[in-house]
Amino acid sequence: MSAPIPYAEAVAEFEPVIGMEVHVELGTESKIFCGCPTAFGAPPNTQVCPVCLGLPGSMPVMNAMAIESTIRIGLALNCSIAEWCRMARKNYFYPDMPKDYQVSQYDEPLCVDGYLDVTVPTDDGPMVVRVGIERVHLEEDTGKLTHAGGATGRIHGADYSLVDYNRAGIPLVEIVTKPVTGTGALAPEVARAYVTELRDIMRGLGVSDVKMEEGSLRCDANVSLNLPGAEWGTRSETKNVNSLRSVERAVRSEIERQAGVLKSGGRVVQETRHFHEDTGVTTPGRSKEHAEDYRYFPEPDLVPIAPAREWVEELRRGLPEQPSVHRARLAQAWGIGDFEMATLVNAGVLELVEASVAAGVAPDAARKWWAGEFTRIANESGVEPASLAVTPADIARVEELIASGALNDKLARQVFEGVIAGEGTPDEVVAARGLAVVSDDGALLSAIDEALAAQPDVAEKIRGGKVQAAGAIVGAVMKATRGQADAGKVRELLLERLGVSDS
Amino acid sequence: MSAITRAEVAHLARLARLDLAEDELDHYAEQLDVILTSVARVSEVAADDIPPTSHPVPLVNVTRPDEARPGLPRADALAAAPAVEDDRFRVPRILEEEE
Amino acid sequence: MSTPLERDLIRQSAATLAEAIAEGEVSAREVTQAHLDRIAEVDGDVHAFLHVDAEGALATADAVDASRAAGDALGPLAGVPLALKDILAMKGVPTTCGSKILEGWRPPYDATVVERLRAAGIPILGKTNMDEFAMGSSTEHSAYGPTRNPWDLDRIPGGSGGGSAAAIASFEAPLAIGTDTGGSIRQPAAVTGTVGVKPTYGGVSRYGLVALASSLDQAGPCTRTVMDAALLHAVIGGHDPRDSTSIPDPMPDVVAAAARADVRGMRIGLVRELTGEGYQAGVEQRFREAVEILEHLGAEVVEVSCPHFEYALGAYYLILPSECSSNLARFDGMRYGLRVGDDGNASVEEVMSLTREAGFGPEVKRRIMLGTYALYSGYYDAYYGQAQKVRTLIQRDFEAAFAQCDVLVSPTAPTTAFRIGEKVDDPLAMYLNDVATIPVNMAGNCAMSLPVGLAPEDGLPVGLQVMAPPMADDRLYLVGGALEGALRDRWGHLLIEEVPSL
Repeated sequence: MSAPIPYAEAVAEFEPVIGMEVHVELGTESKIFCGCPTAFGAPPNTQVCPVCLGLPGSMPVMNAMAIESTIRIGLALNCSIAEWCRMARKNYFYPDMPKDYQVSQYDEPLCVDGYLDVTVPTDDGPMVVRVGIERVHLEEDTGKLTHAGGATGRIHGADYSLVDYNRAGIPLVEIVTKPVTGTGALAPEVARAYVTELRDIMRGLGVSDVKMEEGSLRCDANVSLNLPGAEWGTRSETKNVNSLRSVERAVRSEIERQAGVLKSGGRVVQETRHFHEDTGVTTPGRSKEHAEDYRYFPEPDLVPIAPAREWVEELRRGLPEQPSVHRARLAQAWGIGDFEMATLVNAGVLELVEASVAAGVAPDAARKWWAGEFTRIANESGVEPASLAVTPADIARVEELIASGALNDKLARQVFEGVIAGEGTPDEVVAARGLAVVSDDGALLSAIDEALAAQPDVAEKIRGGKVQAAGAIVGAVMKATRGQADAGKVRELLLERLGVSDS
Repeated sequence: MSAITRAEVAHLARLARLDLAEDELDHYAEQLDVILTSVARVSEVAADDIPPTSHPVPLVNVTRPDEARPGLPRADALAAAPAVEDDRFRVPRILEEEE
Repeated sequence: MSTPLERDLIRQSAATLAEAIAEGEVSAREVTQAHLDRIAEVDGDVHAFLHVDAEGALATADAVDASRAAGDALGPLAGVPLALKDILAMKGVPTTCGSKILEGWRPPYDATVVERLRAAGIPILGKTNMDEFAMGSSTEHSAYGPTRNPWDLDRIPGGSGGGSAAAIASFEAPLAIGTDTGGSIRQPAAVTGTVGVKPTYGGVSRYGLVALASSLDQAGPCTRTVMDAALLHAVIGGHDPRDSTSIPDPMPDVVAAAARADVRGMRIGLVRELTGEGYQAGVEQRFREAVEILEHLGAEVVEVSCPHFEYALGAYYLILPSECSSNLARFDGMRYGLRVGDDGNASVEEVMSLTREAGFGPEVKRRIMLGTYALYSGYYDAYYGQAQKVRTLIQRDFEAAFAQCDVLVSPTAPTTAFRIGEKVDDPLAMYLNDVATIPVNMAGNCAMSLPVGLAPEDGLPVGLQVMAPPMADDRLYLVGGALEGALRDRWGHLLIEEVPSL
């Protein structure tokens, strides 16, 4: 086995071609073919019925909202909407699939041939890449397997598996891009920017909660490499890419690996690979060289879908603002430029900033917290900023405390640290950790008196009119109060104590 | 359309999850061939300009409103299962990965 | 002096029994018990039932009697017991589809047909035998042993719904439900001297009907009289939102049509391709005589050609196996039914394969293999795709014929009942039994088989098939009712009354 080669070398020699297959679980109330609820995290096999368990004799009936949502997604991705199409059965045996076929779409997808423009920050400023959309189709999700016995909890080496069919039949929209070429070294960033943009579109449409960590947005990344001017190489399909950060890392790692294989004279195998969050590399899964024959045929239990043109146009008119337009509007309102906006988007915090502003936080403060402190904490713990346990309301409250002088910036960081660690609301953290700014004049005055007594020469200078010497005393007081005092207040009291004025 | 081979029958049996015995493979190779030869006449008549009929009734757009209803009590859902553990269907170990 | 009713409850029509129950001449419990007694008496020979639910049937009968006592209005078939083909899900009652793979499975839900039967106060006596997953024309492919034809216990009762037809013909039940994918209601009706109707596709809900071929399957009534079939058809038919292929339009008034029983002024088409070679002489003879009667009754009879019907059988044996190979995939031993070979070491793939190998019979495996092959990507266009085009051609043949005629007629089956064992190892010979019934399933039309006499050479029943356009099921009853009435006038009784006593 050949070793991966460093990224810069890999992209200097080879041109990557990437393609993304994204599965989005629709946030409908009920499943695609039955009335079972779809809430995440219910006890196993409590959201099932004869239809989604595939019991003999049961029959599917299409959820109207699933069709509507799929069409809206297609429209938001600039696709053409089929005038007539059918669901198809994809036949293969697998224990997470109650009927041993998946109702999906084959050669008649609901939406085809669209595109999505994504922006990636580069050293030369933001770059726009148009990602072609091949198809958007509707299908049913499968049940969830838990592998038991064996050491790893993974499929390999397990003694047996357990199936929970709550997820079986949740509507799933598959969005497949056309191959994306010419992105060179930026391919991983483009992949990430695409999934980020797609996620924002889904949120804007309100069709899914698109939580990668809960699996409501799942991403497979296809990567191949070729020498400039040569034909496209053999592609691998990396599954299990469960965060935006992983999208970028998986593509990057796969480029490094394939380049290593090619450089050593090897051959890239067409296969499924799995991305591992912990190690940041992909490992081989099933070879796709002997592809299963799925024996697709039109689903006879469901009738064709023929969306009326007027209805499609009505849905088009009802689409929300495109995220790019929306962002431009926000940038203007917040008084920031393209670069700052791209930074927020790329960090995956734009919506968080937006929500914080909506909760009453000043735009600058919201940006500062999310793009700075919170992104740092998230990166350190290897999670998405959105999954941090801090709410817009928490930020608003902390800002309120800062404004009132009850907290300073340093203390505010400690409050958030506590909030994120699950210690409670900002007020609870302030109380529990004793973080309030010391504003009791008596306590401050005695600290000032102590500092003056300790540095009599400095005290003398100040009395003599050298007001700038006050800093040394203020610093000593701040140190004595472990930063819990408001420095401005200390200075004010100090000058008053010594009977000098500030000007 | 050539005669169906024993190897093809074995492949079909694997796809269809039928653990056919050796003599069954021979038997089905022969019978499928006879049946397929007889039904192959369908290709005589169906010209390119004939649209296929997948559904006998010309209905389209049959949907239901997106409303949740309770399904089966879990005990009923699991009642017929050959093996159950932790309120889940227990199945033998899986060697092949999901598609 | 006793009335005929009191002499023999089991020999009455469902309509007569319903009226007697409504009038209080007899209780629903007495009627149900009489049929349960009959089953106990003769089913050892006939083997029409796989499971008898005496308790459930009597409970329904008692509820009907209580309703009547309370002065509630009763439905038109309230209290008249019924035999249900074992392919319809019935909550808590074993549903096997004639297969070992489902042995012991008790569905946690009711099929829509069953719900409607329950709502109509119809006691369900039990589940009837059938070819495994409805694949067959003789009921010999049941994993639980064959059903026998009450006219001659050495002969087949037709299939796949041989159990339902035999239950009717042996007076074990006045009503039964069958399902018809390529003739499984009509062919058994023909060979047992009973009436069977395949409603328009989408006319009766398929929800809860274990699918053989989803685009062909349809449940319908099996009875001894045309009026009984109409009454049962009206109970089970009509739109069901749980079946996406269910027709939303109101169904035609089949009961009124059966009562009118009039063919005056109707144009009846004789399908040239569904006679002649391959049809038994006595079958042809009785068929021709019946057509003459229809002419006498005031119908105009013309000959029509449906040139693509000769391809129907071939296309059917591509479409049906294709759909069934997919529909039957779910029987994999994971969630219900049989599981074989789970020794803690075997993989899921091995257990599925061992289970299906052990749980399915030879005809089921044959068709699954055939369908897997026909859907295989390299052959899809040549087989499945072409078969779907033939389907279009058959629909066009029907459209052209119905532009000239109100209904079409043919013999229902090419022969009378054959001997058990005669064709069981010859799939092609077995498939030919459905040559006249298959075109209707392919096109989604409706059709009825009714008895028109005994073939002179073997003394066994012959059936005539009436075919009508989609959603013109009432025409079946106009023709069937008129012909049945004329034959009864000629013979002085129904043909079924000539069945030997068991």
